[in-house]
Amino acid sequence: MRLAFVLSEIASGLRRNLSMVVSVVLVTFVSLTFVGSAALLQMQINQMKGFWYDRVQVAVFLCGEDYGSATCAEGAVTGGQREEIRAMLGSEAVKPYVESFEYESQEQALTHFREQFRNSPIVDTVTADQLPESFRVKLVDPEKYEIINELFSSMQGVDVVVDQRELLEKIFSIMNIASLVAVGVAAVMIVCAILLVATTIRLSAFSRRRETGIMRLVGASKLVIQLPFVLEGVIAAVLGAVLAAAALWGVAQFLIEGRLAREYPGTAFISTGDVLLLSPALVALGALLAGVSSALTLRRYLKV
Amino acid sequence: MIRFEHVTKIYDQKSRPALDGIDIEINRGDFAFLVGASGSGKSTFLRLVLREDRATRGSVYVAGQNVARIPSWRVPRLRRGIGVVFQDFRLLPNKDVFGNVAFAMQVIGKSRAVIRETVPEVLRTVGLEGKGHRLPGELSGGEQQRVAIARAIVNRPGILLADEPTGNLDPATSVGIMNVLDRINQNGTTVLMATHDDDIVNSMRRRVIELSAGKVIRDEAAGEYTTMIPVINADGTRELQPAARPAAQAIAPFDTEEDDL
Repeated sequence: MRLAFVLSEIASGLRRNLSMVVSVVLVTFVSLTFVGSAALLQMQINQMKGFWYDRVQVAVFLCGEDYGSATCAEGAVTGGQREEIRAMLGSEAVKPYVESFEYESQEQALTHFREQFRNSPIVDTVTADQLPESFRVKLVDPEKYEIINELFSSMQGVDVVVDQRELLEKIFSIMNIASLVAVGVAAVMIVCAILLVATTIRLSAFSRRRETGIMRLVGASKLVIQLPFVLEGVIAAVLGAVLAAAALWGVAQFLIEGRLAREYPGTAFISTGDVLLLSPALVALGALLAGVSSALTLRRYLKV
Repeated sequence: MIRFEHVTKIYDQKSRPALDGIDIEINRGDFAFLVGASGSGKSTFLRLVLREDRATRGSVYVAGQNVARIPSWRVPRLRRGIGVVFQDFRLLPNKDVFGNVAFAMQVIGKSRAVIRETVPEVLRTVGLEGKGHRLPGELSGGEQQRVAIARAIVNRPGILLADEPTGNLDPATSVGIMNVLDRINQNGTTVLMATHDDDIVNSMRRRVIELSAGKVIRDEAAGEYTTMIPVINADGTRELQPAARPAAQAIAPFDTEEDDL
């Protein structure tokens, strides 16, 4: 009975305050969309980094069958060549520049590839022998990439030496700036959302002061008096969060999976699955900010 | 049922106390009138009983409990034991008579079955049977006050506080309301009624507590409403002497609710 009563109070409150409730929904929708975009950008950066990005700087790719480069003219790398390169990486001349290095076989390359491209259909068609084996080198000073490049790129059996940082760093810095902007906008919008929830609750408390006055007099508990107001704000904010999650899902589904992933099959992209992981957090954030804001407002404006 | 021990209430250090060292006891089953001019402390007295405010000094006991000692989360329980009726009825305009009375039971979590059984019974007690589906706007003032009384007693409180319940009503209607209050009192509920209505006080011949400037200046078991002070002479005769204080002021027509926005 008490639950039914609280629910009917919430319904009447939402009806009475419809325009304010709609504005709370929209403001939380916009602010949480920005929060979610920032989070998705960071997820995309992680996706593109792949397995090696944070561990090493330079990849020394070895020759496979029918690779085009001059040093691969003799076909796939032989065991002797591989050992030679390994010895070279460990030699006195190279040691001061190399902190550590690891060998990645074709099988391991496939494992890491599958991990990075798990959202892409390409993963089913790639087999281990299509991927080059490589040495992954961690430099003492990442700026000294050129030295490694000069030493190894001319060796027999080495296909190409790649500084992975250089390729991705520019994209990442753009994406980082974008996510900072998104976080900034989100912060402002969240302040708006909190204030708007506070105002809504205040109006709602004012328009129902007769009811709450009587509730006080007949001895309704604090919870029964306040809960409808708090839940009113929380419901509106959660609605906004659900809309935000839906919007992000739409972006992931139609823009990223539908277009970008098809146009750039060589790049790993986030998927709708990542949005689904993110959306409970968005809903929780929306509920939290509305709950805190309304609880603080009620302490001032609703005498119990 | 209600006991005040040396109660003083000061709202503002600069002005005189609203209540000044009050000592009084109202027993279970009593019917008492609280009379006095506006500003004499009647409303403060009622607010202290309800623990809307705490006494600055002294203690207020309601049903044996010192209300100042009740933790704030237990205050609702105290208020469930006290029904309150106001001059301006304070009904919810969008709920019908049944809904207004049922509201007091819903908010403290009574079941639908209990509500459906109790509310018609209480409406019969206050003389409103068959009017459960009227809206407050469709009722006369007297009927609206009966709804408010029904709401105040529907949870069977031990105490009924009435703050000028007849203040907005004509004398004939007021008599009807007093009969209802009297019936409630005879069922065992302690009734404390603040009023300006001298006809009612005189006709009821019940206990009268008169406040002036925050002090009890009269407490008679079967008293009258008067601006004269009754004095019992040495030979046992009783006469009225004019009080050395201003006559009762006019009733404030609007006892507005506090708007906290």
